[in-house]
Amino acid sequence: MFAYYSQLGLRSLRRNPMLTALMVMAIGFGVAASMITYSVFRAVSGDPIPEKSAQLFMPEIDSWGPQQNEHGEPPGALNYVDAMALLRAHQASRMTLIYQVMQTVLPHEANAVPSASTGYAVTADFFTMFNVTFQYGSGWSTADDDARAADVVITDAFNQRMFGGANSVGQKITLSGHDYRIVGVTRHWDPSPRFYDVWSEAGFDNPPDFYFLLNRALDLHTDNAGRNSCRGRITYNGWDQYLQSNCVWLMPWVELDTAAEVTRYHQFLEAYSADQQRAGRFAWAPNVRLPDVMKWLDVREVVPPESRISLVVALSFFVICLVNTIGLLLAKFMRRAGEIGVRRALGATRHEIYAQYLVEAAAVGLAGGVLGLLLTTAGMSGVGLLFEPEVARLAHLDLSLIGMTLMAAIFATVAAAFYPAWRAAQVQPAWQLKSN
Amino acid sequence: MQIQPILAALRRHKAGTILIALQIALTLAIVCNALFIINQRLSHLSEQSGVDEPNLFVIRNMWGEQYSTQQAVQHIEEDVAALRQVPGVQDVSAVNNYPFGPSTWDNFITMKPDQLSPTTDASFYTGDENFVRTLGLKLIAGRDFRADEIQDKGLRDSIVPAVAIISKAMADKLYPNGDALGKTFYAMTSSPITIVGIVDVLHRQDVSSWSASYLGESMITPIRIAMPWGLTYVVRAKPGQLEEAMHAAPKALFAENRMRMIDPKDGLLSFAEVRHRAFEKDRGMAILMGIICVVLLAITGAGIVGLTSFWVGQRRRQIGVRRALGATHRDILHYFMTENLLISLGGVAIGVLLTFGLNLWLVTRFTLNLLPVTYVLAGIVILLLLGQGAVLAPALRASRVPPIEATRPA
Repeated sequence: MFAYYSQLGLRSLRRNPMLTALMVMAIGFGVAASMITYSVFRAVSGDPIPEKSAQLFMPEIDSWGPQQNEHGEPPGALNYVDAMALLRAHQASRMTLIYQVMQTVLPHEANAVPSASTGYAVTADFFTMFNVTFQYGSGWSTADDDARAADVVITDAFNQRMFGGANSVGQKITLSGHDYRIVGVTRHWDPSPRFYDVWSEAGFDNPPDFYFLLNRALDLHTDNAGRNSCRGRITYNGWDQYLQSNCVWLMPWVELDTAAEVTRYHQFLEAYSADQQRAGRFAWAPNVRLPDVMKWLDVREVVPPESRISLVVALSFFVICLVNTIGLLLAKFMRRAGEIGVRRALGATRHEIYAQYLVEAAAVGLAGGVLGLLLTTAGMSGVGLLFEPEVARLAHLDLSLIGMTLMAAIFATVAAAFYPAWRAAQVQPAWQLKSN
Repeated sequence: MQIQPILAALRRHKAGTILIALQIALTLAIVCNALFIINQRLSHLSEQSGVDEPNLFVIRNMWGEQYSTQQAVQHIEEDVAALRQVPGVQDVSAVNNYPFGPSTWDNFITMKPDQLSPTTDASFYTGDENFVRTLGLKLIAGRDFRADEIQDKGLRDSIVPAVAIISKAMADKLYPNGDALGKTFYAMTSSPITIVGIVDVLHRQDVSSWSASYLGESMITPIRIAMPWGLTYVVRAKPGQLEEAMHAAPKALFAENRMRMIDPKDGLLSFAEVRHRAFEKDRGMAILMGIICVVLLAITGAGIVGLTSFWVGQRRRQIGVRRALGATHRDILHYFMTENLLISLGGVAIGVLLTFGLNLWLVTRFTLNLLPVTYVLAGIVILLLLGQGAVLAPALRASRVPPIEATRPA
């Protein structure tokens, strides 16, 4: 029966080609607009580290106080003094401190011109905490952190650029005039959004080239290339005074595996702040936060408002297209009231009529889905026109999106057909036959 | 034209009537809000920078090695001298950033040194004695910087400038009476900064929404950025020679010292490109909303055509009867036009509520502004016209139904 209905459905697409074309276009445009904006939204709102996002936390300490903080919220990063205190306290199973750096790379050939590279100064736990996997070598150890080793981990793309993709572990590389020993080459690892750095940037910029030791970077006075935010009067002069200032720029992350650990760490942060209050460094009561990855992305409002608004508008657009489709299906089905009357008189049950028209709607939905898929494919190449390049580069058409496009079109059309098909099934055979 | 019989007829087509009205209502809600978003975004695109855009370009220069403050100062001086030699170059200034630039420097501004909540927030430019002239800013009061006022700022140096040139927008915020010149303010500094000059317009470095309430508030300090990593040169070309100057300038820099990096992607930009990049999001949003509006109106129009055509087909016999009883072509035409007008009016009545509902949601969720009533009025007119336009073809077809139809079976 289903095959027969499908045949009838496909055949009826050719009847009233105008109405059919209208419906197919409405569904096609509606689903394409929704899918294009959804592909961007999906890319910016996803969980960047799904296997661990519930165990990674961003400790926040209010070091500015109620009169200078951001509407009662602590600043989104730590100053040097607090960051180092947390690191030394060893209260979490793992902890890292992060800041962004920019370095020049000078190849060893004569006449070589320098090129820019970006990276992060991090501590040893960074790699294990964030599940960074390695193509060659590995990260460095906490002992190396203490020894202030001149080690560097480079990314696969940077390894490709500098060493043609060969195993470069053990090789030397010169960054801004200082020699570093390569200890590891990561596999491709580009969490999006780059959750650990969303305080400093939008979270969708190009991935870094390398990671090196925070301690050594500080020793070399390697300045922060990311965001830096200060309050009150700026009185520091030079690097050492800067480190003691209230400027926040270091991004801490801790790994806490159980709810009990989370509670304990939260208490630790409160106790630390209370100590600072007692010591006279803070003139206010403890004000700390400990969001996990997804909460932190939410707090930082990482999803661009453009992406949300366009998704909402596109979905509303799809709803209107469906309302339109309900009307057109009603017209299309009711035009055949006579035919329905005959079929009913010949013994078709209401149920069968209902099923037949739903299948017919599914055929319209399928056609709309195919058109929508074509439009989505075309539209994906135009995403660069609509969104910033950093965000647009993340949106792509994959199998799941193709499946979703077709499914959304078919399901939405069938749902839209419930009422028109019900009306068709209500046709009174006697009345129709009489009026003919 | 009698409305009563039309209403009576509509009661027999409840579903179709409701669907058209609903579609018009939803379309009104989306189109009004989308048009408003487009307008807000486009208004960003026309924000004034205050600089001589057609003749400016920027070079974001990074040093190939880490320089000490003294080395950096020396290299900047050599670079500026080299750039001045480039044919087509009129002026050069070494700066930290430029309007619509890639990053943002801003300081809280207070009137007293110990004031806790800031009076305002100003975009913080550092520039030498050539800054105002090179950028083509219009000095409306006071004077430009003197060469002996310029200080060099190295890594994490806190240099407190004694003087500053500020934008009119900032002057008006600090001293609403218009007597800012010669007065002082604090920019997170422990000593006061004296306002020695006021420029008409100088846009902030950022175009983000958080700084919307500080629009156009900028200050220029007599500081030369001698950081270890690099700085930006703003270059003003002689009129009509932008392209030649842009082509020759990086070559001249590399010829003078090759230990530098100018990013191939965004290291060398004409100001037109700077503006283009800064407003990419806004332009994209406007384009997307525009496309959605156009397609939406087309689909709604097409839907009305489709459903009305169906009604006309259904009622051929009744139309024939009316024609046979003396109704003119015009009467039939008016019947369908009026019918559509009634449905549309019902639709826009619901639509106005939906429009403001959607707007309120956008306001609370995305800090969009409240929708002005003019947008809703314009939307209503657009949709009523669309409905009338869409119904015209089926209505004309209906009016041509011959009276003989009355005698044919349905």
